Amino acid sequence: MTWFPKFAALALLAAVPFLELPDYYMHVLILILIWGFVYTGWSLMGRFGLVSLGHGAFLGIGGYTVVLLWNYYGVTPWLGIPVALVLAGIVALIVGYPCFQFRIVGHYFALVTLALAEVVRLLIIAMRDHTGGSLGLTPERYGDGMSVYAFQFVEKDYFYGIVLVSWIFGIWVWNRVEGSMARYSMEAISDDEDASAALGINVTWEKVKITLYSSALTAFGGALYGQYQMYVNPDTISGISVSLQIVFASIVGGMYVALGPTVGAAITILLTESLRVMVGVELAGLDGTIYGLMLILFIIFMPRGIVGTVWSRSAESLNVPKDSPS
Amino acid sequence: MIFDLFLLETIISGILFGGVLALLALGLNLVFGVVDVVWICYAELVMVGMYSIYWGHAHFQLPLLLCMVIAILAVALLGFLIHYLVIRPILGTPPINQLLVTGGLLFFMQSFATLLFTGDFRNLGLHLPILKLAEMYISFSRLIAFGTALLAMIALYLFLTRTFLGTAIRAISQDREVVVLMGVNAQRVYLAASTLGGGLAGLGAALLILQYDVHPMIGISFGPLTFMICVLGGLGNLIGGFIAAFVMSQFIALGGFFLDSEWGYVIAFVFFIIVMFLRPQGLFGKRS
Repeated sequence: MTWFPKFAALALLAAVPFLELPDYYMHVLILILIWGFVYTGWSLMGRFGLVSLGHGAFLGIGGYTVVLLWNYYGVTPWLGIPVALVLAGIVALIVGYPCFQFRIVGHYFALVTLALAEVVRLLIIAMRDHTGGSLGLTPERYGDGMSVYAFQFVEKDYFYGIVLVSWIFGIWVWNRVEGSMARYSMEAISDDEDASAALGINVTWEKVKITLYSSALTAFGGALYGQYQMYVNPDTISGISVSLQIVFASIVGGMYVALGPTVGAAITILLTESLRVMVGVELAGLDGTIYGLMLILFIIFMPRGIVGTVWSRSAESLNVPKDSPS
Repeated sequence: MIFDLFLLETIISGILFGGVLALLALGLNLVFGVVDVVWICYAELVMVGMYSIYWGHAHFQLPLLLCMVIAILAVALLGFLIHYLVIRPILGTPPINQLLVTGGLLFFMQSFATLLFTGDFRNLGLHLPILKLAEMYISFSRLIAFGTALLAMIALYLFLTRTFLGTAIRAISQDREVVVLMGVNAQRVYLAASTLGGGLAGLGAALLILQYDVHPMIGISFGPLTFMICVLGGLGNLIGGFIAAFVMSQFIALGGFFLDSEWGYVIAFVFFIIVMFLRPQGLFGKRS
């Protein structure tokens, strides 16, 4: 009877728009779902020891491609989003393939991907004639701001529906990977590459596959975020800061369980928002200070994250990897 | 002719910038070579150093040199504490955890600095002269920074080759198992290297505050560059990092000269990614 709690939770989430919640609460929920989706996408790689510090690159490609195509060529986001996903996939392939082929792992992989995130951020800033540089870019408003064709919805309820469906899709992908052969291959690879290769696992191909899924999901998250905020900015959706934000929120929630990254998103966003509401903006930086301390304590004392730790204590029999990635 | 002079000026300022980068890369490399941990928050240590100098000088009106010495000691202490409190408990866990925990420190230091000092840009309001050399303008502060960085590197070299602790540090970066059998207390060497790495970040801060405004996000602007220099030179390879610093600073200076300053960084970072594919062990590294 495991389907019942899941079904009830989904029904509850689907019923949220009918509760007539104030816009601000809807906004927080939408943010949690978008970022939960992005973090889930990152964790697809992170859980297998492919710690990418460069997912900001895919987020930026997703957000900017859609907005640029719309503003300059009038291409609807319904076409723009697939183009963005393909672009993100190509970039992931260009950087990922040689990385995996030449066995760039661990620290080195983290730092190469970090460079990628910075390259994308700097390119967006450098091409300021088209992208608006550090000032960011606003997609051109279509009609009264409510249009399926332009993927613009000022009404939060509509966007909530879209984001919820996307998030469920993200969790579905996660579960598909969880139940697939690829998962066992990837776990073997993250334990010992040579031994897995000797067993007939195509190490490079398995890694490329998971990287493609992960980058496409992240780029889709970037596109959603841009369309929701109706604004993209190189510093908020690309570069090192957001890349680290992705990694750390996933760790706090726990990257070895399906809901972990989403819980990570909920915790970090609620922390920021509640501190902002309660303390106000005079103490800017307080949220980050608490968050940073939390991260340090988490990595030292429970590297499997909140959900992961609770999960493994309640169900020891579950086949969760004992160690964190190496 | 004028064009050539501008170009020469660019190359010289690139070399001068490379000196400070080399110093920072040296500190980071030292920690990596010995403790085998990449301090993602290394540039934030520099930020802390810059704020302590700013604070001491602008607030308490202490003489600038004294502030710099205090800052170097303070950041060295911070390096000691980072190893003692944060890295040591998780030394046995997968290396990526150690990298990530310093990422947590990065958030913490950035946000705490924002909390204490707000996001404003602050500077000491120093006006150092600008040298004029055959129609070229060379900033005096950059020249001081370059000279001091070189001196510090020579001093470090002597320390590493002429003292017992230095020898132990070099030995442990070559083979951490055997050295322990030789009667070296590894934990003590780790602490020494971390303190020294912190001190070098403090010195970097003292040199950078002569040229740049300090703000909580300043670490982001040269932190990634410092890691890439270390990796490019071969992580843990002190001399490789030194050379790589000048290679990268020339890319940035010349890219900025011919195109735009962002393009300089883009070219440098793309160069880094390509080198990683061709020589994953770095330009001057040995493959482990």
